[in-house]
Amino acid sequence: MRKCPYCDFYSVAGREHLIDAYVLALKAELSQVRREIGPVSLRSIFIGGGTPTVLPSGEIAGLLDLCRELFAVEPDAEITCECNPGTVDAVALRDLKAAGVNRLSIGVQSFRDEELRFLERVHTAAEGRETVLQAREVGFERVSLDLIYCLPGQTRAQWEATLGEAVALEPDHLSAYCLQIEEGTRLAERLVTRRSGYQSRHCLLPMPEDEQAELYLRTADVLREAGFEQYEVSSYARPGAECKHNLTYWHNEPYLGVGASAWSFVDGERRQNAADVEAYVASWEAREPAIAYREHCAGAQAANETLMMGLRLREGLDLEAFRERHAVDLVHERGGTIGALVSGGLATLAGGRLALTTAGLAIAAEITTALAFAEEE
Amino acid sequence: MDHALVRNFCIVAHIDHGKSTLADRILEVCGAITDREAVDQVLDSMDLERERGITIKASAVHLQYQADDGQTYHLNLIDTPGHVDFSYEVSRSLKACEGALLLVDASQGVEAQTVANAYLAIDSDLDIIPVVNKIDIKNVERSFALGQLHEMFGFSEEEVLHASARTGEGVHEILEAVVARVRPPEGSAEAPLRALIFDSEYNSYRGVIAYVRVMDGRIRKGDTVRMMATGRQFEVDEVGVLAPAMTPTEELVAGAVGYLCAGIKDARECRVGDTITSARHPAAEPLPGYREPKAMVFAGLYPTESAEFASLKDALDKLALNDAALHYEAETSGALGFGFRCGFLGLLHMEIVQERLEREYDMDLVATAPSVVYRVYLKNGQRVEVENPAHYPDEGSIERAEEPYIRATIMCPEEAVGPCMQLSQARRAVFKDMVHTAGGRVTLTYSIPLAEILLEYYDQLKSVSRGYASLDYEFDGYKPAKLAKVNLMINYESVDALAFLTHREFAEVRARTIVDRLKQLLPRQLFEIRIQAAIGGRVIAAGRISQLRKNVIAKCYGGDITRKRKLLEKQKAGKKRMKQVGSVDVPQEAFMSLLKI
Repeated sequence: MRKCPYCDFYSVAGREHLIDAYVLALKAELSQVRREIGPVSLRSIFIGGGTPTVLPSGEIAGLLDLCRELFAVEPDAEITCECNPGTVDAVALRDLKAAGVNRLSIGVQSFRDEELRFLERVHTAAEGRETVLQAREVGFERVSLDLIYCLPGQTRAQWEATLGEAVALEPDHLSAYCLQIEEGTRLAERLVTRRSGYQSRHCLLPMPEDEQAELYLRTADVLREAGFEQYEVSSYARPGAECKHNLTYWHNEPYLGVGASAWSFVDGERRQNAADVEAYVASWEAREPAIAYREHCAGAQAANETLMMGLRLREGLDLEAFRERHAVDLVHERGGTIGALVSGGLATLAGGRLALTTAGLAIAAEITTALAFAEEE
Repeated sequence: MDHALVRNFCIVAHIDHGKSTLADRILEVCGAITDREAVDQVLDSMDLERERGITIKASAVHLQYQADDGQTYHLNLIDTPGHVDFSYEVSRSLKACEGALLLVDASQGVEAQTVANAYLAIDSDLDIIPVVNKIDIKNVERSFALGQLHEMFGFSEEEVLHASARTGEGVHEILEAVVARVRPPEGSAEAPLRALIFDSEYNSYRGVIAYVRVMDGRIRKGDTVRMMATGRQFEVDEVGVLAPAMTPTEELVAGAVGYLCAGIKDARECRVGDTITSARHPAAEPLPGYREPKAMVFAGLYPTESAEFASLKDALDKLALNDAALHYEAETSGALGFGFRCGFLGLLHMEIVQERLEREYDMDLVATAPSVVYRVYLKNGQRVEVENPAHYPDEGSIERAEEPYIRATIMCPEEAVGPCMQLSQARRAVFKDMVHTAGGRVTLTYSIPLAEILLEYYDQLKSVSRGYASLDYEFDGYKPAKLAKVNLMINYESVDALAFLTHREFAEVRARTIVDRLKQLLPRQLFEIRIQAAIGGRVIAAGRISQLRKNVIAKCYGGDITRKRKLLEKQKAGKKRMKQVGSVDVPQEAFMSLLKI
């Protein structure tokens, strides 16, 4: 197992010897959280971030049992586990199902081997298909596929072929991410090195902005025809199959995160655990919470977060709720910009909600920046 | 102090010909600094000067030199600014001296500014010692510079000294020549006081420090002195010499060069070129040659944040305390809000002021493209001076207009004459003269509209001559001009700060160039941007910037919220550094793009 070249989240590979200690630390943290905030009810659980299935399925089952013991897990709670083709088999999937996982998010990324090699994935297109079919056989009704597009040199036909195969596998949810070249990632280095070379560079230049926009708009159309509605910048679902867990983030509601580098948002405070697995484990071995960063989020910052996350959703931002939560009347404060967005076809203002159109979602970052508040405002 | 043992001299040289290095060597030889103190180029005290390798403020260093004849001489080395913007300051520094070292780079030869300053020195009746510098450079052909010195100034080979300021070779000979060839100062210590202010410097503890050359009489601590041009009186707190640190002395007598502190709060009360006299026994006449500094170039300076207007005013007020040549007046721009129209001696002066405001006073500024002062004669008989293109009167009301010209002296190698002439003629230059000198150098003289010089003329001159051409200029009066005012519009809204005046013939070409440049400079934004350039109601150039189509964070989950929010806030802060014109964010560079034609 190794880290993907485009990933700028925290992850490490090759720490398998730490598994036992890590699971103990996770359990210690869960118990500590329970002492801190009480037996709250949980609407969703998400086991993710890279390849959580490096943990033996027995351990995952143990962790979920502990969650049910400590907290009030709602009967229809959404319990998702991320997994990657080539790293799980039918047995492991069956174990996950038995442990209570009721939704799988599978990182198939593409159905073209050439693209998978570019992305340095450990699996082939065939293995991707195989994993999805196995999930169905095991009885998972809720399956989401992760896809990456806007790769350097990718054609519209190539992307539509991948989309078509994904739809044919009948998931109830799709996440389609435009490849973003994040600074400091291996992919960024690869592009820089190639670009400074002389010839074969065209194939590795990032896809031009306008082409990306075309593919982005096309994706929403193709998936709508296939019965998937875009409900967030990169998320598409059959009616009712939206990811409850991610909606929590986008509604800017509280959540708990356990594990190395995990973030929590409780009582207006955002905090992050130590990113380093060794440090995280060592801290809990000494019965010390491994918190590396805390930030009390209020004022303009908090408003900007609600704005940034809320505008990612097709349903948009509930303006009345925004006003109650942040004491800011957005339409009053940003009337000029909002008016221009609406008349320019980038947003709609109806039913007390400000929502971006698909064209607006394509430039959500620019729009959020235009609407965001400065600290002194 | 015995007059006979005093020598006041300066160094005249082109930028990079080694003036500051030579000054350092002279200071070392005279024991004024040890090697350890010799942070390169002691005389240039502002950081900015050291970074740019130019001298903005002149200073004077007092040295004691034990000559070969056994006597100890008092030498005052007066540093002169090296840029054409500051030629008045140069002329005052020269007035403080009896002698000058004319320093010429052995490989580069005489440059235009050197000639201009050398003639200033000759006109000031200074004893001139020609020195060929950088003789340590391998394979350097000294005969080239020697020939030039002979042809242009009539120096014989025997008169010329050879030195390497870098290695120190020949520096002893230079000092001996200063003692032998520069005459001692004249003037009577008993006559009423007349001291020339040749430079000043602002110190936040002591107020304005005046650098003076006493021509007649004497100054002591406690004396009441009067500035003859401004009429202001001050009581002297301290007099002394720079050795090179400030060293108080009993008095400064006729012939001496030193500094004076008198609790002067504002550089404008202590003007370069003014004469200091005694309040009790004033001199009948001031020293000749005082001149008010005259701003040649005007530009608007605006805070990027309108709320910073008061801080900008404060910063300008403080800056003017030590820059008497800086002129500023509040103005309003529809596009940029409240700011100041500032007058500068030239482009370098403008750059220096802008940089000091940003660096020393932490201001974020937008500068409009600099403009010259046009004289417009109206049909109703009035004459108006237009410093800001936005205020150019209606075409219909204008009888005629005039613009300032300069007399430009360009020195270049023979092979660059063609391109230099071509460039100058494209800039509406009127040819005056061409002289061939030794070593294949040519001196061209042109009368050029000053406005054309502002459009990167100097940079282009350097580029067409592969760096070999040099330029010097002086004011050449006002001449008739056929002007057109070009308005630039962003999304159909006229942006006053982007309006410019140009010769009618060039209007369309320049408008096209600027529209193209703005297309590159303005980032794509939420909506399409239309740019137009128009004379009156007639659009002469237009372009559009298509709207931004993709800028979104693909993946944003729990762990990422803080990081992504900070990213957006950083972008937001970046936009605040731009000026909003209507709904369009215009980056700072756009306003300066008018210059790059």
